[in-house]
Amino acid sequence: MLPIIFVLPIVQLVILSNAATFEVKNIKFGYIDNDHTSTSRALIEKFNASTYFNVLTDFSSERLASSEMLKGHVDVILEIPQYFERDFQKEKHSNLGVTINAIDGAAAGVENVYVTQIIQRFNQNIKIDVFQVSDKQIQPISIETIPLFWYNKTLNYKTFMVPGILVLLVTMITLFLSGMNIVREKEIGTLEQINVTPIKKSQFIIGKLFPFWVIGMGLLTVGLTLAKLIFNVPMIGSLPLLYLYTSIYILVILGIGLFISNFTDTQQQAMFIAWFFTVIFILMSGLFTPIESMPKWAQTITEFNPIKYFVEVMRMVMLKGANLSDITPMLIKTTLYAFIMNGLAVRSYKKTN
Amino acid sequence: MGISVSHISKSYKAVKALKDISFEVKAGELFGLIGPDGAGKTTLFRILTTLLIANEGTATVANFDVISDYKNIRKSVGYMPGKFSLYQDLTVEENLDFFATIFGTTIEENYDLIKDIYVQIAPFKDRRAGKLSGGMKQKLALCCALIHKPKVLFLDEPTTGVDPVSRKEFWDMLKRLQQKGITILVSTPYMDEAALCDRIALIQDGKILEIDTPQAIVKHYPKQIYNVRANNTYQLIKALNTYKHNHSTYPFGEFVHYTDSRLNFNPDDLVRYLESKKLSNIEIEKTNPTIEDTFMELAK
Repeated sequence: MLPIIFVLPIVQLVILSNAATFEVKNIKFGYIDNDHTSTSRALIEKFNASTYFNVLTDFSSERLASSEMLKGHVDVILEIPQYFERDFQKEKHSNLGVTINAIDGAAAGVENVYVTQIIQRFNQNIKIDVFQVSDKQIQPISIETIPLFWYNKTLNYKTFMVPGILVLLVTMITLFLSGMNIVREKEIGTLEQINVTPIKKSQFIIGKLFPFWVIGMGLLTVGLTLAKLIFNVPMIGSLPLLYLYTSIYILVILGIGLFISNFTDTQQQAMFIAWFFTVIFILMSGLFTPIESMPKWAQTITEFNPIKYFVEVMRMVMLKGANLSDITPMLIKTTLYAFIMNGLAVRSYKKTN
Repeated sequence: MGISVSHISKSYKAVKALKDISFEVKAGELFGLIGPDGAGKTTLFRILTTLLIANEGTATVANFDVISDYKNIRKSVGYMPGKFSLYQDLTVEENLDFFATIFGTTIEENYDLIKDIYVQIAPFKDRRAGKLSGGMKQKLALCCALIHKPKVLFLDEPTTGVDPVSRKEFWDMLKRLQQKGITILVSTPYMDEAALCDRIALIQDGKILEIDTPQAIVKHYPKQIYNVRANNTYQLIKALNTYKHNHSTYPFGEFVHYTDSRLNFNPDDLVRYLESKKLSNIEIEKTNPTIEDTFMELAK
């Protein structure tokens, strides 16, 4: 059992961190060039040069392009109108049509940004070409923004995801193990024998908590080591602080698990309830989608989500180098949570029924 | 006083498991609770071992009340549930050590009490409990229940599913434990084991039918029982059941136990009747009633 507990999460960490990417690459790009001029070809060349786009086909008509998109062969269609170059030179502006397959809304958003960026850059270059020096005075002063990405300079999604996935693994393993635990003893019948002994409720619960607490901390250690070795995730903050927070956090999760275990009669029931909570907690943790973009009521619910705090603390400490005072609010809430959940677990464990 | 139960009732939703049960077990007595599956034996055990709270009535174990003094009961009783409930993935020795620790004692401290039993499983002390045979498991469970030197020992169907030799050994062990002053309450569905107890209570459908020594219970049997045998047992039972003076007919081993409703019963009448039913090799002889006969009669 112990090798399984450690090996499977490691495999998950490696696979998920590499696969669960928010980057959109290999966009299938098609275009309809009605202009056939050097300007239009130059624009298409820009897309060709980008590593994000695979320029596939030149469609002869819009209808053909649409049907290809329907089949899923094309993600983005750029339509260059007739007299694109002429309008640009004479009237100093021209229109382009961009169609994006938005079944995956998030990907479509990213694709839109890429397309806009390429066209803007093209626009700036061509302005210099088209408007001669004489026109300089009428050229609008353009404001250029140079974004600076703090804490994750290269926008490396792995830097962002690995701490999050580590949170997920530590949480799931400890929750499932503790959730199965007491109920398993109920099923086998050993609990009956234990209940007749003078052992105190709190002693029993602590005895149940401790091994899983050790396993949880072990998992964190293995996960952090891998994050450093394989993904080279920066660890700016203090590791002892991270361990301090995790040690309290695991108590919360174990408390929840034991609480579930006390209220169920079979491992199947416990499994189902534990699964129900993990799914909600994970999807509402800010791990995959930012909490800021959730509706107000959902944001209120996330206040009660321990995983949310762990994800925040993990990212804050590892990537931002947050110190104790920065994470104090989370630390207090988590400690409170730990006391409540474990108190409930002890209370709900009945030796007599 | 070992155990005292007065007017205990317990129901699970609609099912009445125990109906107004009262009995007393003297200190140092080996008391048997005899009854078929579903009679309420386990429920009674769970109430006495403080695992379950009765709806009505009071009970004391070793002079401690099961409700108000449950902590003391847990310290001073040994309980062996019907289902094997030790840690299967711990070894024999680890299990024993574990339970000794929970009770705040050590194996060495009470070794003399379990010595007789432990030597039998000692060769397997490094084997996991789950890998032991049925009889070995029972011995280990008994050791674990005795490790803290309990005043009262509760054994819920300890011999169910155990082979006849191990069963006999097990009862010998109980007799020896009794001599060491431990009050023992044992339940069993086997009527032959009842005769080994000091006193027994016959229980069915949550009610106690009779409480007495096995000898007295047998003496209470109102009729003369006859062992009847013929060439075809099935036809024999059918024939006896349709006999107009039939009082009771139960198969019992190789014989059929028969009682007649008449006081002046003459076996020759029965032989003639059975012969008329085309049965041969008919044997009829008087026999002494057993606890099983008594139980069947009372449960009628």
